[in-house]
Amino acid sequence: MIPLYFFYFFSFIAILSSFFVIFANNPVHSVLWLILTFFSVAGFFILVGAEFLALLLMIVYVGALAVLFLFVVMMLNISFAGLRSGLAQFLPFGILIGIVIFAELILAFVPWEFKEQAINNRSVAIDTAEDNTVALGKIVYTDYFLLFQCAGIILLIAMIGSIVLTLRSRPDVKRQSITSQIYRDPNTSIEVKDVKPGEGI
Amino acid sequence: MSENFKFITPELFLVVFNLCFLVAMLFVKSQAILSNSNKISAVALLTTALLVYSNPVDSDPIINGFYTSNEFTAFFKILILLLSSVILYLSDAYLKKNNLLKYEYPVLINFSVFGMMIVISSNDLMTLYLGIEIQSLSLYIIAAYRRDNLKSTEAGLKYFILGALSSGLLLYGISLVYGSTGSTQFHIIYNSIMYTERMLGLQIGMVFLLSAIAFKFAAFPFHMWTPDVYDGSPTPVTAFMAIVPKLAVGAMLAKVLFDVFGGISDKWQMVLVFLSGGSMIIGALGAIAQTNIKRLVGYSSIGHVGFALMGLAAVSPEGLSGFIIYLFLYSIMMLGIFAFILNMEKEGVLVADIYLLAQYSENRPGASFAFSLLLFSLAGIPPLAGFICKLYVMMAIINSGLMYLALVGAIVSVIGAFYYLRIVYIIYFSESRGNLDAKIPAGHLLILFLSSAAIVIGTYNLLGVEPLTRLAAESLLY
Repeated sequence: MIPLYFFYFFSFIAILSSFFVIFANNPVHSVLWLILTFFSVAGFFILVGAEFLALLLMIVYVGALAVLFLFVVMMLNISFAGLRSGLAQFLPFGILIGIVIFAELILAFVPWEFKEQAINNRSVAIDTAEDNTVALGKIVYTDYFLLFQCAGIILLIAMIGSIVLTLRSRPDVKRQSITSQIYRDPNTSIEVKDVKPGEGI
Repeated sequence: MSENFKFITPELFLVVFNLCFLVAMLFVKSQAILSNSNKISAVALLTTALLVYSNPVDSDPIINGFYTSNEFTAFFKILILLLSSVILYLSDAYLKKNNLLKYEYPVLINFSVFGMMIVISSNDLMTLYLGIEIQSLSLYIIAAYRRDNLKSTEAGLKYFILGALSSGLLLYGISLVYGSTGSTQFHIIYNSIMYTERMLGLQIGMVFLLSAIAFKFAAFPFHMWTPDVYDGSPTPVTAFMAIVPKLAVGAMLAKVLFDVFGGISDKWQMVLVFLSGGSMIIGALGAIAQTNIKRLVGYSSIGHVGFALMGLAAVSPEGLSGFIIYLFLYSIMMLGIFAFILNMEKEGVLVADIYLLAQYSENRPGASFAFSLLLFSLAGIPPLAGFICKLYVMMAIINSGLMYLALVGAIVSVIGAFYYLRIVYIIYFSESRGNLDAKIPAGHLLILFLSSAAIVIGTYNLLGVEPLTRLAAESLLY
């Protein structure tokens, strides 16, 4: 009974805060409401017993993505009032498309039923005796090593790409070269000039 | 574990080479090695091709069912590796001239090729997705490689945003397929589909998957990015994008259709007929107004994708074999076309306006002749190889009883002939003079001549590739 109350509690907060994400006037507030939405969705994951996904959602979405959004919103200083100017014009069309997509989803999912052999097709059986963090760790690095390595290469490519597209070598910048500073000696750096009286150098 | 690794030696070699190359080049300051970095990587690609050739084949899925290694994958992998090494060689001159010679370029090309190898060999929707991401992420970056050029950055951004959208479609489709069959592995999905009655969720997932693949393949309703991206990217990158990913995506599409959804071919046949007919029409009509040769090639590639898809729409072994032959000959022709386009220079600057080709035949009669031959072949004028491969797919589609699609193809190839022949007309008979530079490096000229010789010899025996494609098609169809 108690999980049911928690379910309603989390869903209420999730729906409410996602409305505020859209309707908050200040974009920073929007991001904060988004964080609250993520928190309540993480609550759902805890309720269904997927505690690893809940932690992941917190760490990745709240810890990294939402904070990244905050920085972007604050640093780019986009005029969100300007972005909203076409709202009244596009709203009816947007609502129409939304209704169409919603109707299509209902058409697709209402007659949905899992086939009995779909359960047998699972590549990894669920072991309830184990935490799902442990269970995931066991398969990701062994059975799924190919996918794991490929994902790593995707990240490497993203890194190479961001360097290729943004790094500029500037010849006019003077950098400190410690070795050349150490290897200086009086012979090369000091010059004694004999200045005759009444003449410049 | 080690018996798993023997199947992925080529991929491992390519990745390890790439990583070592990347790290080594950080420390190598020698200008001589830097200026040869493309050639070094091309040699690595050739070595990988050799490894693929000597790699064992297995009709069963390997590496926990995530991967396959059979005649079909070997054929496409070797083709892709050979073509990419040639394109790396072709890009050298352009990169040097435009001050773009950085060692990241071959690294990114090689990673993209690695992604394509994964895509071709994948036996799991997750492997497929990761492979697609590896290959397209590298392509987004090299599309924007001339970062000081507005058009190039625009092309990169457009490609990236539309590619991200199509990845979203793909993932949504994968999730629906997984939800209705309980697995992401091709052979398990295939079996579950065979033994159940109709599943609506599965069909919706299939359509999403096909849309996403059509996006990558630049087929009709999802073709909008092609001309802009081809036009904006640096020309060697355009050459790469127009040739190599087409093969990988084509192989993947054939694999998804026959290995995953083979049991419901009646459901996807109409989708493919729509994609194929639409692409052929758009490709022919869109190219008429183009005077920029890169945009023209973009539209022409859409049209050719339509013709190739006709082979798949036939849902028969001969159609599949025709599809593979079409992709093979298309890539050979495009290689020659780009060896020419990469040398369309006026006062040392690469140009793309086709009217500047006016009376080019007076400067370089040999190259003009070879180029015109390739254009004739692309237009599908008999008896060149371009005609033979069109004939193959049309025969297949007529035997499957879709006469009207073959009719559309015939009409469209007549319309398409107009814009190919217009270029030939400009080269030989135009009144004015375009005054292009007459300089073509010997290596480029060799590739141009080899490519046009290939399409002439191909009329006789299809370069001996037909038994290979039949073998590949059989290994795909079990």
